[in-house]
Amino acid sequence: MLSIKDLHVSVAGKPIVNGIDLEVKAGEVHAIMGPNGSGKSTLAHVLAGRSGYEVTRGTVTYMGKDLLALSPDERAHEGVFLAFQYPVEIPGVNNIYMLKAGLNAIRRHHGEEELDAVDFLSLVREKMKIVNMDESLMNRSVNEGFSGGEKKRNEIFQMAVLEPRLAVLDETDSGLDIDALKSVAGGVNKLRNKDRAIILVTHYQRLLDYIVPDKVHVLAHGRIQRTGDKSLALELEKHGYGWIGSKAGAA
Amino acid sequence: MASIKYDINTAVDQRYKHGFVTDIEADSIEPGLNEDIVRLISRKKNEPPFMLEWRLKAFRHWKTMQDPAWAHVRVEPINYQDIIYYSAPKSRDNGPKSLDEVDPKLLETYEKLGIPLHERAALAGVAVDAVFDSVSVATTFKDKLAEAGVIFCPFSDAVRDHPELIQQYLGSVVPYTDNFYAALNSAVFSDGSFVFIPKGVRCPMELSTYFRINARNTGQFERTLIIAEDNSHVSYLEGCTAPMRDENQLHAAVVELVALDNAKIKYSTVQNWYPGDENGRGGIYNFVTKRGDCRGVNSKISWTQVETGSAITWKYPSCVLRGDNSVGEFYSVALTNNYQQADTGTKMIHIGKNTRSTIISKGISAGHGQNSYRGLVKVLKGADGARNYTQCDSLLIGDKCGAHTFPYMEVTNPTAIVEHEASTSKISEDQLFYCLQRGISREDAVSLIVNGFCKAVFKELPMEFAVEAGRLMSVSLEGAVG
Repeated sequence: MLSIKDLHVSVAGKPIVNGIDLEVKAGEVHAIMGPNGSGKSTLAHVLAGRSGYEVTRGTVTYMGKDLLALSPDERAHEGVFLAFQYPVEIPGVNNIYMLKAGLNAIRRHHGEEELDAVDFLSLVREKMKIVNMDESLMNRSVNEGFSGGEKKRNEIFQMAVLEPRLAVLDETDSGLDIDALKSVAGGVNKLRNKDRAIILVTHYQRLLDYIVPDKVHVLAHGRIQRTGDKSLALELEKHGYGWIGSKAGAA
Repeated sequence: MASIKYDINTAVDQRYKHGFVTDIEADSIEPGLNEDIVRLISRKKNEPPFMLEWRLKAFRHWKTMQDPAWAHVRVEPINYQDIIYYSAPKSRDNGPKSLDEVDPKLLETYEKLGIPLHERAALAGVAVDAVFDSVSVATTFKDKLAEAGVIFCPFSDAVRDHPELIQQYLGSVVPYTDNFYAALNSAVFSDGSFVFIPKGVRCPMELSTYFRINARNTGQFERTLIIAEDNSHVSYLEGCTAPMRDENQLHAAVVELVALDNAKIKYSTVQNWYPGDENGRGGIYNFVTKRGDCRGVNSKISWTQVETGSAITWKYPSCVLRGDNSVGEFYSVALTNNYQQADTGTKMIHIGKNTRSTIISKGISAGHGQNSYRGLVKVLKGADGARNYTQCDSLLIGDKCGAHTFPYMEVTNPTAIVEHEASTSKISEDQLFYCLQRGISREDAVSLIVNGFCKAVFKELPMEFAVEAGRLMSVSLEGAVG
């Protein structure tokens, strides 16, 4: 589904990602771990098409298409979803109104009929259950006055409604207490299926206790230093990122 | 390499959809302004002598005045002798007695503007007075309103049919000496709407006036007078459009509201005069004086305006809070795109005790637009316990536009509490990217965010028009983001 080859990315002229290769198949869950500044959030943003990130070399192919040639909204139409590390507040804009605008734009793109208010509302009610989201958040302004946990739940709720093919979750675990983490992770697990790929970008191993990945990649200095299964994350937990760094230095 | 480029909307600017001209035979007088013209207008309208006298006094006063230069706008000098001061569709004669007599071309025009005048097709619960250039061409639901004792008619009819009310109230809120444009209007005003809500009546429907400028080189000078007697209630809405033309046209209106004891007047405006093209050519000069007098105790006047049109807007809907415990409100959204300029705001004059006022102003600037909020909160000596809350927010889109705030406060009563909050923000890349990532196009995202910014004002509009206002914001912003 997703094929990243020799990806190099600079931000404001400074190289951040220095040659990433990654293959993700439908149905897989990949975890990308790494210390601060390793380039993992940059990778997430490049996949979503955020401006300010310059791809200086390499290719990203998604469902047979050149992903980098698409604008961010086109990527969303094609099924790419980014759960933000810091979900953005939009004062005065109703939370589910924005979501409806997004969903209907995606449906239009696929030649499907737009959902009317009634159908949309019943869809929303159903999907809110997936992350145990409080109904009162439905009609508040987008992320405004939401707690950290509520914001992250809202991201996964949006994912549930938009039903992406490729979901990139950028540090969805950060700032969550254990209960919120469990319920957000539970939501993500319910959204796993054979047609959907998920990339979890995370600093900590603990998220992977709840969402068990098929593959774990460890990123440092803008490159994938090691790839393994769940046990790699546990090893990392034991030794810390310094362990990878020294190995990378040695290699 | 692959960097992300957004498509700038370079499509032909089709955003102003009301820019058509109705081809209709008009009775227009020669351009120019002198006492004879004033007499001619009065004669054409069969006015009683008191009205002509008043016009002439206003005209003589106007001649002693200068165009105001204090607003933060750049105006090309206006030659008042080049303007046509009266133009009416010929077919009207002495005014249609019923809708069946209205020229079909006019009905078609309003149909096209989304204002069907046939009562069976009309917006449910809204009575409309349609003003075309200098005259009112149709008023709907007159009879139904009359049953409730409400008078809703063209201003000219009111001058003839209810001269005692006109004499009592005309100029009592905005005297002809008030300012340059008010004086001009008082001399040459041609039509407008008159509303009278008698004691204890809650007006059974929304009232609205739809102003349309059609004829070339014509100025529109209408007057609206709304009187709400004790314990009455009325909600009134006005809308405005004009054809697309390369030259500027002047619209100088006066609106006077009078609220007696416990009366409530809600006045909403959706102003969408032709704003000029993307290079700032053409468009309406909208120089308007609007003022409400809370004359009675516990009375309330609430202004809501959505100003998206006009090349230049100069207007300050105000409240004189004379009655004890009276309440004044001003909710405003003003949007300037391309080369539009707006200098708008309000005056809240606290005279009575425990008077309260609220000002919520949202200014949006895009393109080369210049947007100024100008407001005065004045608390007089006797206004014990007066309270004002002002919130003034500006939103900038792009880096060639400007937002300015000119708040004035004159407080001479120590018990008064006056609060002012102001903010200026830009639509952030973060907000845009967030919307884009959810599949929303860049233009839709901007309009979503702007509508959110305006929400506090839109919720004050009558339901039917809140939707319209939101849509209007989107089209007015088209091409504003690249």
